[in-house]
Amino acid sequence: MTAADRIDRPFAKLLVANHDGVISQLPRAALSSLFQPGDLVVANEAATLPASLQGVHRPTGEPIEARLAGWLSFRDPTRFVAVVFGAGDYRMTTEDRAPPAPLAAGDRLEFGPLIASVEGLLNHPRLVHISFAGHPASVMSGLVRHGRPIQYAHIPEPLRLWDVWTKIAADPIAFEAPSAGFALDWRTLKGWRERGVGFATLSHAAGLSSTGDAALDRRLPFDEFYRISEACASAIEGAKSRSGRVIAIGTSVVRALESAGTDGTVRAGEGRASGRIARGARLRVVGAILTGVHQPGESHYELLRAFADDKVLDRVRAAVEERGYRAHEFGDSLLIERQAA
Amino acid sequence: MLNNINLKRMRIAVTGGTSGLGSALVRNLAASRARVAFVARRAQLVELVSRETNACGIVGDVGIKEDIHAMALEIGWNLGGLDVLVNNASSLGPTPLKLLADTECEELHEALVVNVLGPFRLTKALFGALAASARDGRGGIVINISSDAAVSAYPGWGAYGAAKAALSHMTAIWAEEARDEGVRFLSLDPGDMDTPLHALAVPDADPATLKRPEDAAQEIVASMLGALREYAPLELARRP
Repeated sequence: MTAADRIDRPFAKLLVANHDGVISQLPRAALSSLFQPGDLVVANEAATLPASLQGVHRPTGEPIEARLAGWLSFRDPTRFVAVVFGAGDYRMTTEDRAPPAPLAAGDRLEFGPLIASVEGLLNHPRLVHISFAGHPASVMSGLVRHGRPIQYAHIPEPLRLWDVWTKIAADPIAFEAPSAGFALDWRTLKGWRERGVGFATLSHAAGLSSTGDAALDRRLPFDEFYRISEACASAIEGAKSRSGRVIAIGTSVVRALESAGTDGTVRAGEGRASGRIARGARLRVVGAILTGVHQPGESHYELLRAFADDKVLDRVRAAVEERGYRAHEFGDSLLIERQAA
Repeated sequence: MLNNINLKRMRIAVTGGTSGLGSALVRNLAASRARVAFVARRAQLVELVSRETNACGIVGDVGIKEDIHAMALEIGWNLGGLDVLVNNASSLGPTPLKLLADTECEELHEALVVNVLGPFRLTKALFGALAASARDGRGGIVINISSDAAVSAYPGWGAYGAAKAALSHMTAIWAEEARDEGVRFLSLDPGDMDTPLHALAVPDADPATLKRPEDAAQEIVASMLGALREYAPLELARRP
């Protein structure tokens, strides 16, 4: 049993806001019967790293928790952007977490078998570049053994890697789970295949969804690396040429595709998605998004404003509250189609 | 083009890679310039084989649930994806071999955990990577190492035989279910080999009558190439 596979998961809910702003509600298991032949579903195949590290700030001897939040150089596990907390762990809400001991460039940090140092601060006492000493493969091995999945106080039991990997997880580059993908299982993919709905994946190094610090949260999402395969790029071209829609599973897929397809053509390769997608952003690739339930102000919610206007999103919020949709990363799902202009 | 299929740059993971057939496979694949990661329990042996072959060695036990995703993560990161998984690590159950009525429940349990549950868990954890490889037109193959003890009822081989029979049937069902994802499943019986595992089971066997693990490894590599060749036209046909 995993967090994503709890007993209630087969009864997960799905709210659909279509391109006319009309709202309907379905069991999420009906996902496999949605979409038209020729449409293409694109999901994030990133697997989640155990990116929370408990350790010690050597100059003061005080306990710290570092949450790895982004690659400085894609796939190089010796250098990261990290958010650092003082004593405590996920059981305390991030808003209540103490700041770390004052950090300075050159400070030595120890995380179990791993030794790291602060490269520098990024205009905030919690936000740093850190680098790990050692060969990349042995650093990764140390991370895998000492790290825990990043998690939040709403789930009391400690999460394990199997809780934070989606069924399609393949490429271990994400710092938090690309959680919209928890809605997918192989039965759903089979249903789409049988109905002529295409399926492709990209990998996008999803970062932190929240830090508990208002100033830092305003800077989310940080820049995130992604990779789009030839097969994925050509599947998107194929869908476009058939006038099929591209349905993104999660905000990370929207960020990657809209970043790689600024002129409407998605090119294969690696890239870096930066900045927020929000109201007024012109979506050139994605026609609908499957996502979780988010709150206004969160970057994930702001991204939905590129798909639908506030009248529609307000009705979505009202319906979600009325029906008791679960808002956490293992919760219920929304499908928001891009509104006709 | 189809005749040019070879193992160069294929991303292959082998469990039980420091002993017997597993070690022979790692050496064979590494010599074919495949990108190889292997898993085994003993750190010293892992380091030794890794140094000798340049393959990526990962310390872990397929019989331990908590090790599985760590292994899967290290395999995925080190190889940059996965095209072929060989579930080779195996446990005989009680040694010396016992009649079933003398076998402790815990001994049967251990044989099932290492020979069935372990490969199930690791394959499930890596299924996303294997399906991604298939979508990219590269491959996506799972090879589960079986035994004639999965088919024939050899007295004394109850724990091992029952576990291998379960693995073999699971492989057959998974092969049916995963075909449309483009992931192929093979169950291969390497035969009686001159390996530490066989010596544990049949201590007084004459090694001269047993197959060399290097020869069995070569046959498995041939099956792997065969599966890749069958795969290629399927993929080409599917492309729009």
